[in-house]
Amino acid sequence: MANILNEILRHGVRSEPFSWPQADLETWQQALWQRFGRALVIRHVDAGSCNGCELEIHALNAPQYNLTGLGLHFSASPRHADLLLVTGPVSRHMEEALRRTYAALPEPRWVVAVGDCGRDGGVFGKSYACLGGVSQVIPVDVVVAGCPPTPLQLLAGIWRAVTSAKGSTLPRPE
Amino acid sequence: MTSMPPLQTLPGVVPAWQETVSREDLRSLCLTQKEQGARLVSLWGSDEGEENFDLHLALAVQGGLRWLRVSLPAHDPTYPALDDVFANANRLQRATHDLLGLLAQGAAESRPWLRHSAWPADRFPLRKGEDGQVYPPLVREPYPFVTVSGQGVHEIPVGPVHAGIIEPGHFRFSVVGERVLRLDTQLGYTHKGIEKRAESLAPAALIHLAGRVSGDSTVAGAWATAQALESILGRQIPERAEWLRALWLERERLVNHLGDLGYLCNDVGLSAGFSLFWALKETALRTHEKLVGHRYLHDQIQLGGVARALTVSDCQSLREEGVTLEREVHRLQELLQEHAGVQDRYVSTGRVTPELAARLGLVGLAGRASAQAWDLRVSCPTPPYAQAEVRMATRTQGDVAARVAVRFDEVFESLRLIRHFIEYLPSGPSLWNDTPPLRAGVGVGWVEGWRGEVFVALELGAQGQVRRWHPEDVSMSNWPVLEHAVQGNIVPDFPLINKSFNLSYSGQDG
Ligand code: SF4
Repeated sequence: MANILNEILRHGVRSEPFSWPQADLETWQQALWQRFGRALVIRHVDAGSCNGCELEIHALNAPQYNLTGLGLHFSASPRHADLLLVTGPVSRHMEEALRRTYAALPEPRWVVAVGDCGRDGGVFGKSYACLGGVSQVIPVDVVVAGCPPTPLQLLAGIWRAVTSAKGSTLPRPE
Repeated sequence: MTSMPPLQTLPGVVPAWQETVSREDLRSLCLTQKEQGARLVSLWGSDEGEENFDLHLALAVQGGLRWLRVSLPAHDPTYPALDDVFANANRLQRATHDLLGLLAQGAAESRPWLRHSAWPADRFPLRKGEDGQVYPPLVREPYPFVTVSGQGVHEIPVGPVHAGIIEPGHFRFSVVGERVLRLDTQLGYTHKGIEKRAESLAPAALIHLAGRVSGDSTVAGAWATAQALESILGRQIPERAEWLRALWLERERLVNHLGDLGYLCNDVGLSAGFSLFWALKETALRTHEKLVGHRYLHDQIQLGGVARALTVSDCQSLREEGVTLEREVHRLQELLQEHAGVQDRYVSTGRVTPELAARLGLVGLAGRASAQAWDLRVSCPTPPYAQAEVRMATRTQGDVAARVAVRFDEVFESLRLIRHFIEYLPSGPSLWNDTPPLRAGVGVGWVEGWRGEVFVALELGAQGQVRRWHPEDVSMSNWPVLEHAVQGNIVPDFPLINKSFNLSYSGQDG
């Protein structure tokens, strides 16, 4: 136990000061507060990705990105989520699972299609086994291209989605 | 055995021999090979036109690969099942049936494997007559899961969408209380039809796709396909390129192990361990971005070499980072070893005994944790590895603790290899300056990725077009072993056991 504490103390705070062209930490927190009055809850669905995009979603959880500090939270269930992060070209074997997951999100809901695959099928294209992009199956608010997109590109996409006009109709939290 | 044409040696860096075998001789040959210690690396099929199909098997034998080719008449594309000889043939046979319609007669199982709903049972996407684009509407066919009956037995269905950020697959647990009696897995959710797609691609695009079969093994996947292509083209790559490929392969191993070790902390509630490992991984990824412009080294492997020649100062920064990583990972290893709570969760959990591992054909890092001493970098080393004399990591306990221990050993060995590669890096070009003309031929690739071996078989037609490309990720063979590893364990330990293997869904689904 003492060793763990020592190790944590030795490393200190690993989160980096948030420097990103679109918004600083406070702007993020304020925007989310105004829209939701709490953290933004994200649910991820892999709709046939190569697992490359997942690597970068995992990387968002590295301490450097201070995800919780930004007010972002990954949920185990779509029923608690505001935003769906979808990777992959949508394999036909995942089509129904994706539809059902989307249907389980309460409204208003946002969908961010991740990666070149999520955009239009990417290297896998459209075939007997792939539908060729997330928007073939469910409505998409924002596309984050890249193979895979970096954590900062993912954050930018999430930001674009939640600050879009769609969110402004939400009742203001007290 | 009847007389056979002699073995044809394939050119290239991987020692491999191709031979034609008759359908009648196949089983006896496999039985003899098995007795002599051979194991099945892959099994696949190809459409050879009006008259026949070919069934292909790749066997790992002493000193290389034996590629068996069996011609099956188009009117009767059947062959004797081999799953009683090689356990991992079970799903390979089913996949080969789903995609091409070759039927293993007398197989223990006939459930579909890769086919769910995207195409009907009487259509076979890999046949040349199928254009691979247009398909009938979805078919509905529930998967016949294995059920266990008895007092107090109930089922827990999980997936395809899981609670965490993971690839999709369905797990059906039969449990009594919290204890798992049996796990039946259904994969194939991420089937993307990559083998069909490959047949429309030029060589450079094929390597690009090969790096996306399993995104966490992009170097291994692309390298194996590049090996196959280069062997068909009949030209070696520059020595420096071989070394740089190996350097990237070890960096890939390193970052994946760091990430998984982090999750193996997370899954036992040690979140500090997770953060510390992930801080290290993130730093290493940023180094990749700085050096080659990609955090995961995608597209570094190119036909004829690597994309970027490293400078002296690039090498220096890799060396310096290696020193820090070595020190930090040692501290973390100590931390885990001294933590009674962590060890309590790791030791004896998800055990695969060496006997079971041998019987089921477990390989790769999970195999080495169960005393299956096989690592291509040692058993069949290509140039830089032969020179570097890789020390293989093995354990005998076969539990989560053993798989964690193998990962730590391999992190340190990769760091040593990276040092070695940087120190003795040959000078010269790191990419062909022209590409030899394409030509017909067959070739193989075989690379020890971080998870285990990645195998590729490739056949080019007369104009150099891809006639057949079959990549095999070790996950295809290792997934069934997970079903055994969880038996008798409690359900809450499943994520931990699963993570300790961390097999690829996309890599097995194709
Ligand atoms: S966009 Fe690239 S990294 Fe993401 S799933 Fe597709 S191929 Fe993989």
